[in-house]
Amino acid sequence: MLYDMMLIRSFEETVEKLFQQGKIHGTMHLCIGQEATAVGACVPLTKEDKITSTHRGHGHSIAKGTKVKGMMAELLGKETGYCKGKGGSMHIADLDVGNLGANGIVAAGLPLGTGAALTSKMKDLGYVVLCFFGDGSTNEGAFHESLNLASIWDLPIVFFCENNLYGMSASIKEMTNIQNIADRGIAYGIPSETIDGNDVLEVVKATEKAVERARNGEGPTLIEAHTYRWRGHSRSDARKYRTREEEKEWRKMRDPIALFKEQLIEESILTETEFMELENKVQVEMDEAVEFAENSKAPSLETLEADIYA
Amino acid sequence: MREITYLEAIRESMSQEMRTDNDVFIMGEDIGIYGGAFGLTNGMIEEFGPERVRNTPISEAAISGCAVGAAMTGMRPILEIQFSDFVMIAMDNIVNQAAKMRYMFGGKAKVPVVIRLPGGSGAGFAAQHSQSLEAWMAHVPGLKVVQPSNAYDAKGLMKAAIKDDNPVLFYEHKLLYNVKGEVPEENYEIPLGQADIKREGTDITIVATAIMVNRALEAAEELEKEGIHVEVIDPRTLVPLDTETILQSVKKTSRVLVVYEAVKRGGYGAEIASMIAESDVFDYLDAPIRRLGGVATPIPYNPELEKAAVPQVNDIVQECRKLMNK
Repeated sequence: MLYDMMLIRSFEETVEKLFQQGKIHGTMHLCIGQEATAVGACVPLTKEDKITSTHRGHGHSIAKGTKVKGMMAELLGKETGYCKGKGGSMHIADLDVGNLGANGIVAAGLPLGTGAALTSKMKDLGYVVLCFFGDGSTNEGAFHESLNLASIWDLPIVFFCENNLYGMSASIKEMTNIQNIADRGIAYGIPSETIDGNDVLEVVKATEKAVERARNGEGPTLIEAHTYRWRGHSRSDARKYRTREEEKEWRKMRDPIALFKEQLIEESILTETEFMELENKVQVEMDEAVEFAENSKAPSLETLEADIYA
Repeated sequence: MREITYLEAIRESMSQEMRTDNDVFIMGEDIGIYGGAFGLTNGMIEEFGPERVRNTPISEAAISGCAVGAAMTGMRPILEIQFSDFVMIAMDNIVNQAAKMRYMFGGKAKVPVVIRLPGGSGAGFAAQHSQSLEAWMAHVPGLKVVQPSNAYDAKGLMKAAIKDDNPVLFYEHKLLYNVKGEVPEENYEIPLGQADIKREGTDITIVATAIMVNRALEAAEELEKEGIHVEVIDPRTLVPLDTETILQSVKKTSRVLVVYEAVKRGGYGAEIASMIAESDVFDYLDAPIRRLGGVATPIPYNPELEKAAVPQVNDIVQECRKLMNK
């Protein structure tokens, strides 16, 4: 778990650097600070289980088992990328490991995930779908309709809200008049809870319970995990809507990686040396990914109209 | 051969497919015991049960996404949108998700979903239940658009749509539901992208879609009495479009009228007209290509106004006469 969290952070930092160097075009939505929700939520999932993700999806992708090499190649727009250079940051999918894709449309993953859960139920496949979405998407109709649909049909799905307090610049406090997003589950007869999303073990515990319910045919669960997006919404964000003090507090006091590391050291599960070894391992994996991506070919112009239809 | 209605033909096609392929199921509002708003799914829940004839809440945004999610994970859902107008609430799932998924995932996903859309005017349902917006869908890369004009085609095209691995928008015309036609009981398929020459002629090619095919055929009968021999081509599917059959016909007749119910402005008729104008067949034209489409108005309630809003048989006759005088 710690390794995966470190890998996600390193991936995002590397992507940021490459973007600044002009090697990545377009935009990107970094999930630095949210590593515990991605990793913790995917721990109880098997390879057969599925996830749907958001535009801030790099972490989810890595946590579900999608490899950083292909992801990096995708971000550099190369043919070796998961989407052959046609999807980019917001559309990385890896169906082989149950990653049904990031999504550029807020709340779009919820009905899609609901449909994937319906397949599991109708074909008796036994897999569970975990649907990631942000706090901003909970004011979309698709959120409400999907929760209702999954509830009346008892679908094997976990609705996992990463409440990072901001939907782009919109503070959740200004955009909803309720204390907890999890309370919205009540309206649809769905059990729900609010948890600390920066405590990876708490995330695992809550998700395990929800996945278990889903697998037992007891229907959906709504989990709201509080976390924080260290960077802005995307590259163009000057973050005028929040204070630097607030950011500092989350970074200093509630860094999910530092918290988990401390805990592991305290319980003598990890040593500083081992942590440094992990850091080196992550660096090697990331260097390899960048090298692979940079040395990969760009897609040929002949592929422009390929893969529109099956 | 036995005659059944357009509505029965669609039901029969879906039922036959559901009997042979367990992955096929239907979902939509009121499609269970009620049989759907038009009775099209009558009796299906009795045969296939509520799992495969899945009644949904009134939630177009969720049920459309759910159908797409089920399709990309191995099912072959057929979603009924009660009136095609309500598809607007489902547009994100169709246009941003279903249409693009395969491409933006590098060819790794398939989305075999059929979305049934009862559309068209003439039934007195007014502006929010009578639209013809197929051109919107035809505009989007990644979607296929089907518009059957008779019972035989409806059955064969539905089967092809269900078997297709892409999202298919299946437009049904409400006024055609009770029109009977010869339909064999056995299963057969009409490939998407194959136009049909509904009537042969030598003077004018009418390219017509959906219910306008029937009106064009009626108009052709009348014009025949005047010695004007009209050929009627029904593309049957807007995407893929069988340009070859249309162009061959134009080459033969040298005059073209494109007839469609949707608002003329920005409609699919413009696409067909431009396709002809841009082709080598242009040189064969003896007159400018003409379009006859709906008036740019929301569909009104009053029956006379409603009729006036979209092309009728007489409008087609008039247009053809004008064309012959060019």
